[in-house]
Amino acid sequence: MFVPCGESVPDLAGYTFLMPAVSVGNVGQLAMDLIISTLNMCKIGYFYTDCLVPMVGNNPYATAEENSTELSINAEIYSLPSKKLVALQLRSIFIKYKSKPFCEKLLSWVKSSNCAKVIVLSSSHSYHRNDLQLRSTPFRYLLTPFVQKSVQTKIMSLNWEEMEKSPCIPEIDDSEFCIRIPGGGITKTLYDEGCSKEIPVVVLLKFVSEGDNIPDALGLVEYLNEWLQIIKPCVSFTTL
Amino acid sequence: MRRVGAPRSCRDVGQDTMAATFFGEVVRTPCRAGTEDQEEEEEGRRETAEDREVRRQLSRKREVRLFRRQTKTSLEVSLLEKYPCSKFIIAIGNNAVAFLSSFVMNSGVWEEVGCAKLWNEWCRTTDTTHLSPAEAFCVFYHLKSNPSVLLCQCSCYVAEDQQYQWLEKVFGSCARKNMQVTVLTCRHVTDYKTSESTSSLHSPFLKALKTQNFKEPPCCPLLEQPNIVHDLPAAVLSYCQVWKIPAVLYLCYTDVMKLDLITVEAFKPILSSRSLKGLVKNIPQSTEILKKLMTTNEIQSNIYT
Repeated sequence: MFVPCGESVPDLAGYTFLMPAVSVGNVGQLAMDLIISTLNMCKIGYFYTDCLVPMVGNNPYATAEENSTELSINAEIYSLPSKKLVALQLRSIFIKYKSKPFCEKLLSWVKSSNCAKVIVLSSSHSYHRNDLQLRSTPFRYLLTPFVQKSVQTKIMSLNWEEMEKSPCIPEIDDSEFCIRIPGGGITKTLYDEGCSKEIPVVVLLKFVSEGDNIPDALGLVEYLNEWLQIIKPCVSFTTL
Repeated sequence: MRRVGAPRSCRDVGQDTMAATFFGEVVRTPCRAGTEDQEEEEEGRRETAEDREVRRQLSRKREVRLFRRQTKTSLEVSLLEKYPCSKFIIAIGNNAVAFLSSFVMNSGVWEEVGCAKLWNEWCRTTDTTHLSPAEAFCVFYHLKSNPSVLLCQCSCYVAEDQQYQWLEKVFGSCARKNMQVTVLTCRHVTDYKTSESTSSLHSPFLKALKTQNFKEPPCCPLLEQPNIVHDLPAAVLSYCQVWKIPAVLYLCYTDVMKLDLITVEAFKPILSSRSLKGLVKNIPQSTEILKKLMTTNEIQSNIYT
């Protein structure tokens, strides 16, 4: 459940809800850290849940001695009212059998808060790519049917690659095709829940391998920024 | 094959089997992001009614129950609802428990008000109505002269799927105001991350984490990033942070996780804190009691007798 830091519950109507999936390489979570710290987003509350393994630590976004002693927990909500952005950061893994209930509770809260859309930052195992995927960009997107037409049009104009369907049961030759996101954690569950509960969910993911995934997170945030234009893109070093 | 209900994570006790069981075995490394959601989905699809029943029974077995040993009755409400408190001191782990036993519990008269019964792979207490002192336990006391002071001695491991339940049974679902919580626990020094040279670390040493509403200065330096805390101490502190309860966690990093005099004595700076002041009467006597406790345990752990 959402518990605000202050006395009143903030009004999130029309906000874009950004969140990570706990996925391979922790790319979504690294991307969220990058977004929250770069935009200097303000903590507005906690998503207190029995679905995540508890953890605490001091403020990971500390910029000075004064704010370095603020306690952080496993699921926190940050906002940037000027860009109508609200971000959830998840800092630990799901307790067994609790990932689906978490997705249901979270999306139910997001829907009741009247957020405009949900963007899930995620990743998938790069070794699961087929030949075509190996030769193309490592970024993919997925939209639930309830994503607004304007968003669909904008994304189409970016010439992005939609996540391909793959055999549901790879071992069987005539298996049906469906969306599979190996290594994506709760991504598929969020997508399915978004479809069934009529919630506009946009998934942005990158095919990655585990290792130093900071560059992958940077890439994923740049991919997101290409669409949302939150900050002016920097001139890349390759063009200099 | 993963056991149904068994949480999957690494610990000092009961290590998750990442090592090969025989030379030449190829072991699949788990994803850093934790349990594969797809595996759970597939397990769910393959699950029969019998599997679901097994899961339900295991879940019931793993339930956290609070009861009074004196009357052998369960507590109908949460502990803090039955015993409202202004000060709650929680020791988690054998060294923290030994510290409170020697320095706090021996300085006053404490009455047992409840006991938590739980079962998991690390804490296999079966008949907890007859706990022996050597067994793992989680017992709650209040000070007879001031019943609003509560103490918890928890030397059993509370698994990650039980921590939230433990909080609900102890703290309840309503936020308790006008209360201060102090948690004491230990971690192995190899868990401590620092850019300094490890030769400059003199363990055991104390670090603190506090909630936003805890205003007094802690008795030791705060735990620096990127260090984090898990398990029951993290669950308690998270609860207190979310519900705006002043709370402090004193974490002793040590290289000896079993009962150890030097580790226990590392908690001594906390004796000057507001939480413990007034509760500790005779420190030299407490030190003697602690030494006796060590000796008793050393005899018990002699593998040659």
